[in-house]
Amino acid sequence: MAREFTPQIVTANDLLLGDAVYLTKAGTWSRLHSDAHLANSAEQAQTMLKHVKGQQDVIVGAYLANVSVNEDGIPEPAHFREAFRTRGPSNYFHGKQADAQSS
Amino acid sequence: MYIYNDFDAEFVRDRVRQFRGQVEKRIDGSLTEDEFKPLRLMNGLYLQLHAYMLRVAIPYGSLDAAKMRQLAFIADKWDKGYGHFTTRQNIQFNWPLLKDVPDMLDALADVGMHAIQTSGNCVRNVTADHFAGAASDEIEDPRPTAELLRQWSTDHPEFQFLPRKFKIAITGSPNDRAVTKAHDIGIRMVRNENDQPGYEIIVGGGLGRSPFIGKVLREFLPKAELLPYIEAVLQVYNLEGRRDNKYKARIKILVHEAGLDEIRGSVEETFARTLAEFKKPSDELVDQITTYFNPPEFNNIQSHAYEEALETDPVLRSFVETNVAEHKNPAYGIVTISTKPIGGTPGDVTSDQMRLIADLAEKYSHNEVRISHEQNAVLPHVRKADIPLVHAALKAVGLATANIGLISDIIACPGMDYCALATARSIPIAQEISTRFDELKLEKEIGELRIKISGCINACGHHHVGHIGILGLDKAGVENYQITLGGDATQTMALGERAGPGFAAEELLPALERLLNRYLEIRECSDEIFLETYRRLGPQPFQQALYPEEEKYAA
Ligand code: SF4
Repeated sequence: MAREFTPQIVTANDLLLGDAVYLTKAGTWSRLHSDAHLANSAEQAQTMLKHVKGQQDVIVGAYLANVSVNEDGIPEPAHFREAFRTRGPSNYFHGKQADAQSS
Repeated sequence: MYIYNDFDAEFVRDRVRQFRGQVEKRIDGSLTEDEFKPLRLMNGLYLQLHAYMLRVAIPYGSLDAAKMRQLAFIADKWDKGYGHFTTRQNIQFNWPLLKDVPDMLDALADVGMHAIQTSGNCVRNVTADHFAGAASDEIEDPRPTAELLRQWSTDHPEFQFLPRKFKIAITGSPNDRAVTKAHDIGIRMVRNENDQPGYEIIVGGGLGRSPFIGKVLREFLPKAELLPYIEAVLQVYNLEGRRDNKYKARIKILVHEAGLDEIRGSVEETFARTLAEFKKPSDELVDQITTYFNPPEFNNIQSHAYEEALETDPVLRSFVETNVAEHKNPAYGIVTISTKPIGGTPGDVTSDQMRLIADLAEKYSHNEVRISHEQNAVLPHVRKADIPLVHAALKAVGLATANIGLISDIIACPGMDYCALATARSIPIAQEISTRFDELKLEKEIGELRIKISGCINACGHHHVGHIGILGLDKAGVENYQITLGGDATQTMALGERAGPGFAAEELLPALERLLNRYLEIRECSDEIFLETYRRLGPQPFQQALYPEEEKYAA
């Protein structure tokens, strides 16, 4: 039996703003976790990660993050650290949570 | 205030110019992150969870009004209108954009500030007692020595690539407010039996993954020999410190592994050479530095208005009890401004508050402000007659919280709300504790209590030396908080002992309530502070309060 694979996404920090960004299916970067493209196998995850290594002028520090997939097929952070990255700090209404409201 | 000489000014401008070019190259893609990262770190620029963070050095925590106003200006123009004071007497801006950072650094240079040596394996910002030059218990002002060390270590060619970062702290008072025993080198100003001034040199202290209390390397070092001696310590460390393992690279591990006597031997041997070779700073420079730190001209006229105001205003009285410390001049007081309002973020100050602090410093404190390692601000020289005015002004901007040394005067590192290295959050824990014990109206009843919180094992929040230390960890994907008890950050330094298994975030507050209720029950009298009760009775009664279930099973 194949080892069970936890779905993953590729995330990084934006070079100019420094905030969290997510690799989409189209190979672009989105500020929304829900736009992230799912890797359903370890090979696919590695290929996606390798692909973005060349995007040094857009992002910093790409890595794979585990996700769970909700009933609509949308990835959700599996770990609290990744959940915080989708929102911003908890002491002020700053970061993504504020951007989401103003946009 | 530290002296910013021509060398510094030119050096700093040069570095900003270079960095501007480097940022441009990074943005246009001609520098990779691997190439750029060491360059940005050399300039105090980190990449955190949600944004970049710029860490600015405040040498030995000293600021004047102009510098404080410039920090406010930077916070407004390029950040979100506030700054965060750290346990290293630095200020951090949490939201700069990469393209703006060179402008921020230029704005800092305009007032003689910079972000150099706030990162990397070099000698970091030298820290000192935040009551320096003002405290009534002081033997000698440590700032001239701190300034000498700052000048000596700035861009020191030999010590830019040490095995690991190197932190020096200095106190001129027997009551250690600078945590000298938890630094790579701690310096205490002392007098020998002939009443000559000198230093006690402590080495190998540090918190983090493997905490150690510093040990006395030299009991008495004549004043004039300080720099060659420190140079010798650094040379020995540079040569013998481990470079194979980041976690074993600090001097504390070298001292621990080689033994204090062995290190002392190597240092003394090297010192014989450095002392002979060392090009002493000129008498002129030493004089200039000393003169610079001469005490301001104090106005010694006592005023009865102060006593009268205390009589009639209970809020002022309560503020003075906790936030005003004894000044060497009886007509003056040292006013600590708490950055920890109930429910607030420890160390955060808005730009408006910074400007008010600057105004007060200028008007009432001989143009001096200090930042303490406890993340508070200090007006070191306030005439007692002016304290009611200062208090009223602080109150108007939410800076008059009367809680210094009490349960809500918590040290908390940024934790996982900002820090990329964190394993859990610290700020919300601090907010909850201060809010809850305020609701219970127990703060004054509990009395002196030092709670210190870190969001990971690196211990920037000094949790090991908190009377109650809290360490946030990631336990199987859930934030979990470990409690240590009995730590002490002063001259009687002790490392807290782990109380038992950690607590989930929602269990932590009830556990602390049980713990402190037990303390109130078992203390000998209301003057016996938590740490004393802990020392008298040991951990057991406190563990029973923290883990009542286990007691039940054991019974
Ligand atoms: S203790 Fe850890 S979480 Fe807190 S600031 Fe230091 S590195 Fe970050």
